[in-house]
Amino acid sequence: MHPAFSVILFTVISGAGYGLFILLAAFHLAGIGPAMSHGELLAHGVASLGLITLGLVFSTGHLANKKNAWRSFMRFKTSWLSREAVFAVLFYPFAGIYGLGVLLQGAAIGPLPALAGVIAAVLAVITLFSTGMIYGCLKTIRQWNTALTPANYIMLGIATGATLFAAIATVFGNATTLHAGVAMVALVAAAVLKGIYYFWISRVNGPTINTATTFNRATVRLLDTGHTAGTFLTDEFGYDPRKDTIDNVKMGVFLLGFVAPVLVFASILSGAPAGIAWLAAVSSLVGIGMERWLFFAEAKHVVRLYHGAQTCTNSLAEPARGRTTVAPVTDPTDARRWELGDTPGGSGS
Amino acid sequence: MRLGLVIDMDTCVGCHACAVACKQWNTSGTTGALTDYRPYGEDPSGVWFNRVRHYEVGDYPNNKTVNIPMSCMHCQHADCVNVCPTGASYKRPEDGIVLVDQDKCMGCNYCAWACPYGARELDREDGVMKKCTLCVDRIYDEALPPEERQPACVITCPAHARFFGDFDDDNSEVSRLVRERGGVKQMPELGYKPVNTYLPPRITRPIPIDDVRANRVVSSVKDWVNKMVAR
Repeated sequence: MHPAFSVILFTVISGAGYGLFILLAAFHLAGIGPAMSHGELLAHGVASLGLITLGLVFSTGHLANKKNAWRSFMRFKTSWLSREAVFAVLFYPFAGIYGLGVLLQGAAIGPLPALAGVIAAVLAVITLFSTGMIYGCLKTIRQWNTALTPANYIMLGIATGATLFAAIATVFGNATTLHAGVAMVALVAAAVLKGIYYFWISRVNGPTINTATTFNRATVRLLDTGHTAGTFLTDEFGYDPRKDTIDNVKMGVFLLGFVAPVLVFASILSGAPAGIAWLAAVSSLVGIGMERWLFFAEAKHVVRLYHGAQTCTNSLAEPARGRTTVAPVTDPTDARRWELGDTPGGSGS
Repeated sequence: MRLGLVIDMDTCVGCHACAVACKQWNTSGTTGALTDYRPYGEDPSGVWFNRVRHYEVGDYPNNKTVNIPMSCMHCQHADCVNVCPTGASYKRPEDGIVLVDQDKCMGCNYCAWACPYGARELDREDGVMKKCTLCVDRIYDEALPPEERQPACVITCPAHARFFGDFDDDNSEVSRLVRERGGVKQMPELGYKPVNTYLPPRITRPIPIDDVRANRVVSSVKDWVNKMVAR
């Protein structure tokens, strides 16, 4: 899949914003960790809402016809993209009531804004889930069509949010071992889930060029795609990065996204200045940005089977097995095999 | 009614006439222009509703060229319609034709992602998704003589490899062909239930290749000498 830059920015930035809000609501409303000052609560809230809004603005970047973007709320009943849009917008009034409560009443907010805060946090999780399901529900892309996809989106959002939460807390001198510990646990959980995802997609199977062309009992090779230049389909689905590029980026995902931030928090726990949590936050955001690029780059749409890919996992360049047309074989007995019924895929299934 | 196409992979010669006729009819049809990008440039591209691809099936010498024209399959389980967030994509209940309302489309490409058959193409000029309409602006046109109320691709096919009709009617030509020739569907395992059906190549007599001269040392040397002498 062609990785659209606007979609990468949107999912990473908004994901971190929702994660940050979930952490804020959990720490504040459930009374976990040290009491937060008025200013710190507002800083977390403004940062999370700012990131979410910035991401949503970026998300319209890949639309070819932006004036109809408002219509994306219309098909809540069947479309995960529509559901994401609805939940993302529904989040705002509840987060707003909670934020207003904090603004007017400080940390000791009344039951109504607190309830709104809980609902907003739940909606944040649901929005992250909907974002993951946009990709997870597509049967055409086997690498995405797994429950791991929405699980990854939720966990990566919470992990990046947790690093930001710990970093912002340092500004107010309120960062505790709990902040660093929660961030580390979230990062490790996200890394394990992402590791399972990479393991899973390395051995995924599905349609082949045989089921795509209906010839299930013979080797099928593309002779000609019928067009001289690229098409919408090759632009959108023909993205084929080199294997070593993918391996290098994957290394970056784990090093920058998970290992470096965990090491930063580990050093904070063993006495380093808390301010370096910002390093962890920036590093995890860059690493997850690379993860999002890889998420698209490794996804192989089944329409590639019509453009010469043999399976729904390999690249367009990989050849078919079996003899090729140029093999100098002129054994006349081969022709008689037709009569014996050994036909090359005469009838599919 | 369940309207769709039957495409005969036995008789299709891969001439692309259906694709060109489709482009000609639909570029001035209800779905507006099928924009061409750089039409006179080095790498001309553009929007097509119908594309013909060519494959080699089987291993030499038991191999065969098969041409596969593909357009919208008007699936019974059309995920492109389900995933559309705006409601621009819809499937007509009366005849099963899948269409895009271009006034509602926001050009997010999501329906193209959901389509396994590559039937949808974004028109970058207009910013909206476009696709095969099964010539809905033609098949119901009572101003046309009845025999012309068919999709442009079906009428134009010189090999008579394309058929249009109602798959719900057991006595229609398309139903009969599917029954008699063992019609097959592409990627049935995805569960989209495509309506368009393909007829596999017939099993025919083998084409003798006994008379093809074997590639022996003597003949190779002869060929080489002849080539050298001619020049």
